[in-house]
Amino acid sequence: MHDVAHSREPHEPHLAHDHQSVPSDLALRVKSLESLLVEKGLVDPAALDVLIDTYEHKIGPRNGAHVVARAWVDQSYKSRLLANGTAAIAELGYGGRGGDYLVVVENTPRVHNVIVCTLCSCYPWAVLGLPPVWYKSAAYRSRAVIDPRGVLREFGLELPEDVEIRVWDSTAELRYLVLPERPANSENLSEEELAALVTRDAMVGVAKVTLAPLGVCT
Amino acid sequence: MNGVHDMGGMQCMGPVRPEKNEPSFHERWEARVFGLVLLMFPLRKWNLDTFRYEQEISAPDKYLQMSYYERWLSSLVQLLVKHGLATRSEIDNGTPQGTAAKATPPVTGEEVPLMIARGLAVNRDIAVPARFKEGQRVRGHNINPTGHTRLPRYARGKLGTVERDHGVFVFPDTNAHFLGEKPQHLYTVRFTARELWGEQAAPRDAVYVNLWDDHLEPA
Repeated sequence: MHDVAHSREPHEPHLAHDHQSVPSDLALRVKSLESLLVEKGLVDPAALDVLIDTYEHKIGPRNGAHVVARAWVDQSYKSRLLANGTAAIAELGYGGRGGDYLVVVENTPRVHNVIVCTLCSCYPWAVLGLPPVWYKSAAYRSRAVIDPRGVLREFGLELPEDVEIRVWDSTAELRYLVLPERPANSENLSEEELAALVTRDAMVGVAKVTLAPLGVCT
Repeated sequence: MNGVHDMGGMQCMGPVRPEKNEPSFHERWEARVFGLVLLMFPLRKWNLDTFRYEQEISAPDKYLQMSYYERWLSSLVQLLVKHGLATRSEIDNGTPQGTAAKATPPVTGEEVPLMIARGLAVNRDIAVPARFKEGQRVRGHNINPTGHTRLPRYARGKLGTVERDHGVFVFPDTNAHFLGEKPQHLYTVRFTARELWGEQAAPRDAVYVNLWDDHLEPA
C-alpha cells in the first residue's frame, strides 16, 4: 500500500477494458482499508456515509452564489460581507469546515481577484463545496501566481493590462471567496435569478458572471 | 521543506484543463478516502498540518504521478502506521490482528453535522504582541527548513507590505511536528508581481500571501 503511484492498472489486465464490472486496484485497496478501520472501531461507516453525502449533495457552489446574489441586491449586506466575511456568510447559514475564516474579495472594473493554493489545494469548501480537479492540478497551482493572465486566458478570460490582478494564495486557514461584478442589464432580476447566474468559476476568479444566453431577463 | 508541493512559480506543468459538469468525486473510492481522512482527525493522533506534511515528503516523482485522492490515501496509510493505529500487514490484509487500543470513540453519523459546523478553530484568543503593523514593509525570511512550512519559496527573501493583521493563530510550522501551537499573529502580506517575478510581470499585479510573525522580518 505504500506505493499507490503505480497501482492504476487492475490486477487482471485481460479484464481492464471492463471498467463497469471490475473494481480497480485502488477501489479494492480502499475498500479493504475502510473495513479494517471499521473493524478496529476507528471509523463508523454511518459517519462516512453522512459525510460523503453532505459534500456530494448539500454543500456546494449554490451556497456561494446565494452569498454573492445577496451582496448584489443588499448594499448593507455587501458592506458587512467585505468587512467580515465569516460573520456575514454565517448570517446565511454557511461556515464551519473549510470556511472557518472567510475573506471576501471584490472584483471591480479596475481590480480582478483570483484564488489559488500553491502549497496544497485549500479551497472554501463551506461556500463552494469540494474543489474541481483543475484547481488541484500542478498546472493551476504553479502558474496562477507567476502567470495569472495566461491562466485566465485558458479559461477564455482576457483582462486589459490596466486591470490590477490580485492573486490570493491560501497559505493559512483563511479561505477566500471572490465577489464577482454584477452583470450589466441585470437590474430587473430577482435575488434568486441572480444567484442562478453565479458560477463556481466566477467565485474562484477565473470567469466573469454573464447573463444567460437565453431569455432569462425578457 | 523544499518539496515539489511548493509549486508556485514553476513552469512547464502544462495547460489548465477544466472539465465540464465535473462531479464531486470521479470514483467511489475517492469519496471513501475523503471521508476516512476527515474522520481520523477527531481521534487527535495527528492534525491537518501533519497530514499536509505527510504529502509533502512523498518523492517528487510520486507526488506528481499521484492524483489528489491517491495522495490522500497514501498519506493516510503512512500516518496510520506511524501512529500505531494499524500495522502494514493489517493494511495489506484488511483485517485486524490482535486487539487495537481504542483511544477515542469514532465520530458517529449523528455527530457529523456538528463536526462540520465546528470546523477547525485554529485562532487563539490570547494576547500575543504583534511584531508587525498594517502598512509596514516586511521581508519573507530566507529559510529552507526540511520540516513543514507555509512560507512558499517564491516569497522568501522578498519585500512585501502587511495588508492586514488577522490576530493570533496556531503556527503550522511547529504544529505539524507536535512541537506546540506557538500561537502568533497571522497577516496578509502583499507582494507586487514585479518584486516576485521581475520585469516580465504586469506592473500593477500582486500576490497576497498569509504569513505568520515567524516568517517575516522588518524591511
